[in-house]
Amino acid sequence: MIGGLFIYNHKGEVLISRVYRDDIGRNAVDAFRVNVIHARQQVRSPVTNIARTSFFHVKRSNIWLAAVTKQNVNAAMVFEFLYKMCDVMTAYFGKISEENIKNNFVLIYELLDEILDFGYPQNSETGALKTFITQQGIKGQTKEEQSQITSQVTGQIGWRREGIKYRRNELFLDVLESVNLLMSPQGQVLSAHVSGRVVMKSYLSGMPECKFGMNDKIVIDKQGKGAASDDAGKSSGKQSIAIDDCTFHQCVRLSKFDSERSISFIPPDGEYELMRYRTTKDIILPFRVIPLVREVGRTKLEVKVVIKSNFKPSLLAQKIEVRIPTPLNTSGVQVICMKGKAKYKASENAIVWKIKRMAGMKESQISAEIELLPTNDKKKWARPPISMNFEVPFAPSGLKVRYLKVFESKLNYSDHDVIKWVRYIGRSGIYETRC
Amino acid sequence: MTDSKYFTTTKKGEIFELKAELNSDKKEKKKEAVKKVIASMTVGKDVSALFPDVVNCMQTDNLELKKLVYLYLMNYAKSQPDMAIMAVNTFVKDCEDPNPLIRALAVRTMGCIRVDKITEYLCEPLRKCLKDEDPYVRKTAAVCVAKLHDINAQLVEDQGFLDTLKDLISDSNPMVVANAVAALSEIAESHPNSNLLDLNPQTINKLLTALNECTEWGQIFILDCLANYTPRDDRESQSICERVTPRLSHANSAVVLSAVKVLMKFMEMLPKDLDYYGTLLKKLAPPLVTLLSAEPELQYVALRNINLIVQRRPEILKHEMKVFFVKYNDPIYVKLEKLDIMIRLASQANIAQVLAELKEYATEVDVDFVRKAVRAIGRCAIKVEQSAERCVSTLLDLIQTKVNYVVQEAIVVIKDIFRKYPNKYESVIATLCENLDSLDEPEARAAMIWIVGEYAERIDNADELLESFLEGFHDESTQVQLQLLTAIVKLFLKKPTETQELVQQVLSLATQDSDNPDLRDRGYIYWRLLSTDPVAAKEVVLAEKPLISEETDLIEPTLLEELICHIGTLASVYHKPPSAFVEGSRGVQHKRLPGSAGSGESVESPDTGSAAGVSEAPPAVIPSQGDLLEDLLNLDLTPPTTTGPPPPASSGMQMGAMDLLGGGLDSLLGGDLGGGPAMGTGFGAPPAAMPASFNVPVSGGLDDLFDLGGGVGMPMGVFNPPKTVWLPAMKAKGLEISGTFVRRAGVIQMEMTLTNKAMSVMTDFAIQFNRNSFGLAPAGPLQVLTPLSPNQSIEAALPLSTVGPVMKMEPLNNLQVAVKNNIDVFYFSCQYPISMLFAEDGKMERQVFLATWKDIPNDNESQFQIKDCHLNSDAASNKLQGSNIFTIAKRTVEGQDMLYQSMKLTNGIWVLAELRVQAGNPNYTISLKCRAPEVSQCVFQNYEMVLKN
Repeated sequence: MIGGLFIYNHKGEVLISRVYRDDIGRNAVDAFRVNVIHARQQVRSPVTNIARTSFFHVKRSNIWLAAVTKQNVNAAMVFEFLYKMCDVMTAYFGKISEENIKNNFVLIYELLDEILDFGYPQNSETGALKTFITQQGIKGQTKEEQSQITSQVTGQIGWRREGIKYRRNELFLDVLESVNLLMSPQGQVLSAHVSGRVVMKSYLSGMPECKFGMNDKIVIDKQGKGAASDDAGKSSGKQSIAIDDCTFHQCVRLSKFDSERSISFIPPDGEYELMRYRTTKDIILPFRVIPLVREVGRTKLEVKVVIKSNFKPSLLAQKIEVRIPTPLNTSGVQVICMKGKAKYKASENAIVWKIKRMAGMKESQISAEIELLPTNDKKKWARPPISMNFEVPFAPSGLKVRYLKVFESKLNYSDHDVIKWVRYIGRSGIYETRC
Repeated sequence: MTDSKYFTTTKKGEIFELKAELNSDKKEKKKEAVKKVIASMTVGKDVSALFPDVVNCMQTDNLELKKLVYLYLMNYAKSQPDMAIMAVNTFVKDCEDPNPLIRALAVRTMGCIRVDKITEYLCEPLRKCLKDEDPYVRKTAAVCVAKLHDINAQLVEDQGFLDTLKDLISDSNPMVVANAVAALSEIAESHPNSNLLDLNPQTINKLLTALNECTEWGQIFILDCLANYTPRDDRESQSICERVTPRLSHANSAVVLSAVKVLMKFMEMLPKDLDYYGTLLKKLAPPLVTLLSAEPELQYVALRNINLIVQRRPEILKHEMKVFFVKYNDPIYVKLEKLDIMIRLASQANIAQVLAELKEYATEVDVDFVRKAVRAIGRCAIKVEQSAERCVSTLLDLIQTKVNYVVQEAIVVIKDIFRKYPNKYESVIATLCENLDSLDEPEARAAMIWIVGEYAERIDNADELLESFLEGFHDESTQVQLQLLTAIVKLFLKKPTETQELVQQVLSLATQDSDNPDLRDRGYIYWRLLSTDPVAAKEVVLAEKPLISEETDLIEPTLLEELICHIGTLASVYHKPPSAFVEGSRGVQHKRLPGSAGSGESVESPDTGSAAGVSEAPPAVIPSQGDLLEDLLNLDLTPPTTTGPPPPASSGMQMGAMDLLGGGLDSLLGGDLGGGPAMGTGFGAPPAAMPASFNVPVSGGLDDLFDLGGGVGMPMGVFNPPKTVWLPAMKAKGLEISGTFVRRAGVIQMEMTLTNKAMSVMTDFAIQFNRNSFGLAPAGPLQVLTPLSPNQSIEAALPLSTVGPVMKMEPLNNLQVAVKNNIDVFYFSCQYPISMLFAEDGKMERQVFLATWKDIPNDNESQFQIKDCHLNSDAASNKLQGSNIFTIAKRTVEGQDMLYQSMKLTNGIWVLAELRVQAGNPNYTISLKCRAPEVSQCVFQNYEMVLKN
């Protein structure tokens, strides 16, 4: 299991050092600093073995987190734990920065003591942790409160405490999708997928039982078979989507999903991620990028890029940004664009073209002349792909929320009393067109 | 208020100041001081001098302060054991505290203090905590048992904590169960043979129930523990799989990977014809693909594991090629791993896409990545024959870019392509030669030299090219030196007239001026070969090269199996068994996959069903031929022999080399004490005595040293069939021919006795063969001392070559011969044992064997019985070896010895065999697999003949 956990700043100074196992000594702290942080190279592997000691490391802004072990640990678990550790810290004190860590080092030690015992991760749900790791001491707790805490930390529903009350029962559902694309210069889709998340903010009283439904093809088809078959064919044909795979927050009863494909759960309080999913079929690609790069002699490049929006004209895409890479030996750039603003950013080796808003079924274009310095470098310019960023108010996968039912038998509110909000946001993931 | 200020105190006399503050009456000040101490401790300052003062702060109601003091204690108790005792009372008292959080904190911290005296006091509180009413305390106590065991294993056993821990597996709280499982698994690891984790269907059921309810981490502990269980039969295996599959939808990647591990392992036991087996295979792909949308570090772990999974079960991800396409912004470690998997998944169906991608990658920035991409193009060419042409042209395009490392890498892979498809792409050699000067890496230089040597006859200025390398011979790496030596010898054999000087030069450089024994040895062998028998030298050096394997970098099957059992762990990331990087006894246990249940027969699990049962592979039953591969994979093979740099000739001449040395050694040992100096002069002599022509035998010490004697080169126990009458005198006007075939040191001979039973003298003998299945033809004229008088017999040996015209005969080994003398022409036919055609280099690499066996369709397999044979397997193996039937591996299952053998016919056809020998049963079973199944019958007859004589 994990033998020790260290946090460093970018200079390699130790901010937090917690050793769980006898086989990890103080020299491990230095070994990592010397071999990884001070190496100042690109990280060639997130797992580094130094003198039979394995270091699992992740970096968050300037901060390095390293878990250390000498055993054959579950590597996936160690990384999951490091991410979770970051989540917990963020939930407690915000951004992970040197300053925040130094300011909260006592708290971090307390957390590390709680969520990692002898190197074994323990309950790390922030909701539960916040009930008893407060930096306030636990003096004022009554016996009932104490046993409530312990049963929550160890219990079956570790993510929610009893006795939550809201005057107004309300929940917000965000369907957040990132659409990923890799397109050839000729416009052929090399790979495309949507990875989506359903994020829920729940403000519900008591221990509500929830059931979530979406236009999952498997479910719709099953129901279609049961109901009259004539109109089922019509409705399921277009409106349902094929989900390649999905994963759920630990509150969802997985065995029920496996057998009935129904998503039922008791939600944590506040914001959390209910599910993640991935689709590859029938994706709506909101934008098409058509690049044209021409080399004029050895010292000039002509670039023309057309973007076309491909969704309902009534919808508006926002925060559109097209990034056109330029060679390292660029000396000057002239840009003309029809819409928005374009700028050559020498430090990023790219022309960045920004458009605030763009409606569906529209087209826009940018052309640029790039002057190059003559070089004797034999290696050709690698031509990185043109990438794009945007935000659209629909789900590119076609996912629709069909229902979210809330049942709370002990309290006197019903599904109808809950105010529900649903929002769809599609963003660009890695949206690239080769040129 | 922030805490960062504690990091900034670096004044002198700091310890003294802290001491004062720690002893202050004010609570706030005390707390501040302890925080400063912890901050100093974190940055590595030694604050152990403050031990008594810090411990004094322990008695407090303030939990935050208490935790800080505990943190300090854990760090320094070991260096101050006597003082640490001061803390015991507080711990013991805290373990009785009404607040469960404090009880747990005390027992948790106490376990971390590795001082013997403290552990003694720990036992009683721990015992109580293990049975505490609060689950939070129990789950903490469970881990504490593992801590205590790490400090003092004996104590834990004596105190009976292990039994209490086992009871906790039935606890009502899932988190207690999970921690107990984790603790027990860890303790069991250091006692490989204990019956500690007593896994039986009841406990498994409990674990599976807890699995649904506990935290994500607990699920990982339980799944990792489940993976150590061996189900009793396929039904149990299926029911566990059914209950584990829902975990594949968990958001935590580690839960998913651990579930994959359990499924991959238990799937081995499911019959392949079961519907559920197919369903399960389908269910595995989507979660594996989903892992690729995790954070990059986890992607890396996932990819390393997928690499193992596609080697074991390629069918799972064969349609998912696209998801492994590299993204521009992927970290380099993700890119490299994806590339590896792309090559593994490349097939005829997706090759066009893959090639287009690889070409794209070859223009990227990262040198390692570009190299790997170029190499990948070469591997695609070798793997998918249809794509070879496109790959070669892509590689040529890349060579035109003149980017140094791209060119070098391309040349290395083109060499392999030449090996795989000889006489197909030699037209590109000219382009390669243009880039000779830019090659500065040994591997690329060696590859280029190999190409020049191999195709010396087509390269006009081959001698010049090689000579240019020779100039800096001593500065080259061994790899290049060896290759250069071989290439020049090849060149000499192909163009002897113009290159004598060159070959002498390289031989003297290799033998005299080098202190590398490998190089010297190879030099001497070539020298000796060339000087004794240039024809033999030609056969050895220019021998046909063995096939190269289509899959490269495959993990050795036994290791792969072990790694599959370690999915998700560090071992699977390093692709090394845990014993390679874990110190001490932990994890040294080798894990194995369970045997398959095949045709309904169940694998008996050991009664104990414990961890020990896992470490010893359950006895596997070999139910049918279809499963042979599975069993092959289970073979306990000898460690892989490392193959050197790619001198293709060396494998061809291994045999000769061995004999040479054997012969030399014999005469050395046979000589008197004077042999010492004789040896010295022997080795020293040749350069001086080097005659202009190689055909004149070298005289002096060297001659003795290398004197082979007639019989050397004949392995003992070779079976040669006795002579039979081929042509009776009645049919041939008085000429009787009886004969047989022998193979000696790679040369096939037809040995005949010619008897004149007529009344007149016979002269002018000549012999000719009809076209036959393997192109046998006389390599020279029939040497018969004429005349042959009446009633006289004469022995004639006719060396045969296998390069004559080919025609399929019935039976396959039939040979039609015409013999002429002064009287008439006579025809007869005879059958030669097919073992005559078994080449000396017929020993296949184990890897290649496995791949080939798998590759040959089952239709090509035939099975025979050999009756009444009373040899044991070793004797049989030895006997067969004499006929160039090589045993690659042996395995014993339930008293049945399985020999895996290979042989190679002179025309390059490989025959693979599995021979089963059961002690006490005189009937052997042999299964033969060959791409040309017609030879099987002959091969079988040959086995029978060899084994029964």
